[in-house]
Amino acid sequence: MEKKTRKGAVIFSAYKRGEGIKKAINLKRDDILFEVRESKLKGRGGAGFPTASKWMIVAAATSDQKYIICNADEGEPGTFKDRVLLLEYPELVFDGMVIAGYTIGASKGIVYLRGEYEYMLKSLEDYLDQMRKDNLLGNDILGKKGFNFDIDIRLGSGAYVCGEETALIESLEGQRGEARNRPPYPVNTGYLHKPTTVNNVETLASVTQIIMHGGEWFKKHGTDKSTGSKLFSVSGDCEKPGVYEMPWGTKISELLQLVGAKNTKAVQVGGASGVCVPKENFDRTLAYEDAATGGSIIIFNESRNMLHILKNFMEFFVEESCGQCTPCRIGNTKLLEGVEMIEKGEFTFAYINKLKELGKSMQVASKCGLGQSSPNAFISILENFKEEIFNGNGGNHGK
Amino acid sequence: MLILEKNAMTDEIEQLVAVFGNERTSLLPILQSIQRKHNFIPDFAQQEVARLLDIHPVEVFSVISFYAFLNTNPKGRNIVRLCQTITCDLSGKKSVAQAIERELGIKFGETSKDGRITLEYANCLGMCDQGPAMIINDRVYPKVTPEKAVEILSEVK
Repeated sequence: MEKKTRKGAVIFSAYKRGEGIKKAINLKRDDILFEVRESKLKGRGGAGFPTASKWMIVAAATSDQKYIICNADEGEPGTFKDRVLLLEYPELVFDGMVIAGYTIGASKGIVYLRGEYEYMLKSLEDYLDQMRKDNLLGNDILGKKGFNFDIDIRLGSGAYVCGEETALIESLEGQRGEARNRPPYPVNTGYLHKPTTVNNVETLASVTQIIMHGGEWFKKHGTDKSTGSKLFSVSGDCEKPGVYEMPWGTKISELLQLVGAKNTKAVQVGGASGVCVPKENFDRTLAYEDAATGGSIIIFNESRNMLHILKNFMEFFVEESCGQCTPCRIGNTKLLEGVEMIEKGEFTFAYINKLKELGKSMQVASKCGLGQSSPNAFISILENFKEEIFNGNGGNHGK
Repeated sequence: MLILEKNAMTDEIEQLVAVFGNERTSLLPILQSIQRKHNFIPDFAQQEVARLLDIHPVEVFSVISFYAFLNTNPKGRNIVRLCQTITCDLSGKKSVAQAIERELGIKFGETSKDGRITLEYANCLGMCDQGPAMIINDRVYPKVTPEKAVEILSEVK
């Protein structure tokens, strides 16, 4: 993998390894929490939970052991920003983990790296070894008495659902990666029943820059409710796919122009579990309060068959549903069957409308984020592209 | 002969337990190591892992059956995984898959007769900006074309 110089106002701004740690250990823990809260940083995995709130709960907990887990189980279709961060900017991610460890009082960090990224393992392990040699990990880090912290990398084994934080913890504990009931949340009862904060790779990288430049600086970028900038993983029909750092609040149309997308029909924002935005709505903004995303932006041009795309998404969810709760296990199968019926022209509108209702039930009744969000594509594609799918080309299902 | 093989496997698992520990949290790393070496986790290995970790063998089987990259049936020496998720699908996964199937004379999900290659589909490999993507064991090949894919596979031993 070639190392590129990337441009960005926040995450990709200049940073030298170890500087964030050096600065953090000379600050009081409360001051770091204050700075992170001031930045209004929200989780970058997609759910958008305020990072400071997670950290404060774990920091306040009394426990002999606490854990910081870096969620590198990047499995959402169309997302690859964590690949870029881990390969090209490991200093931001690992320094962020050390800062988190110092702040919440954890001595152990775990990176849960998806099995598909096993090819990175060697270089990441070497990187951690170098950090140990330079006393950025280990005992009394950089001379700070009593601050001991180390990082382990653990591999996943090809399960999308393990990106859900409680499923990830189950997997780390040597179990099937099935989501837990919540509450209790991991901040109270996490890995091995200890207080645990689970943060996305990009969240931790953002923390490092917040420590360097302050929460006020971070807040200057983005919108009121979505502060800072975001790494967008852009793929599909465009000239320049790749990872782009843009402030939150960027319009979809602006991003499309930047990446050289032409004749665009639709943009899938947030991956398979996100929503499909048709071209009438390209002035929508990318932000937690509008079109939210963990970073995945997939572009479809006029030549694409939306029903085929929907089928691909539903096949994905049928395979990746862990099967423990009924709405998700059966629901996704039924939605896929519905798509196949439309494909063959053997459907009734009454039944399709029933399936949309089923999708809405799945959104409220599923146990974890997978089943709660998997009907999004089904509902938004059938709603926004009904012309093409049901009437297109003389009722030939958009073909 | 059979007894010798079993002893070799027991030896191997005992060494893994010595490295990773005999806690439940060590289960996945141990299984991943066995999988990496043998490309599957035989019944006997499952029983030995269970014995050394002091859990029921069904617990071990249950965990293996959950994860796509762990399996209990023998596979080829090389596992080829072609990404089937949306961007790779739109950028020509189908023609790559067909070319590979024609060339090897097997379908996805099957293993070649000489035990050299198992073909599988995988979900999103995180290479969406460089699709179609293929992983052979732990090496990634971006932007594969039908011709390139066949060439890469012909070099796999």
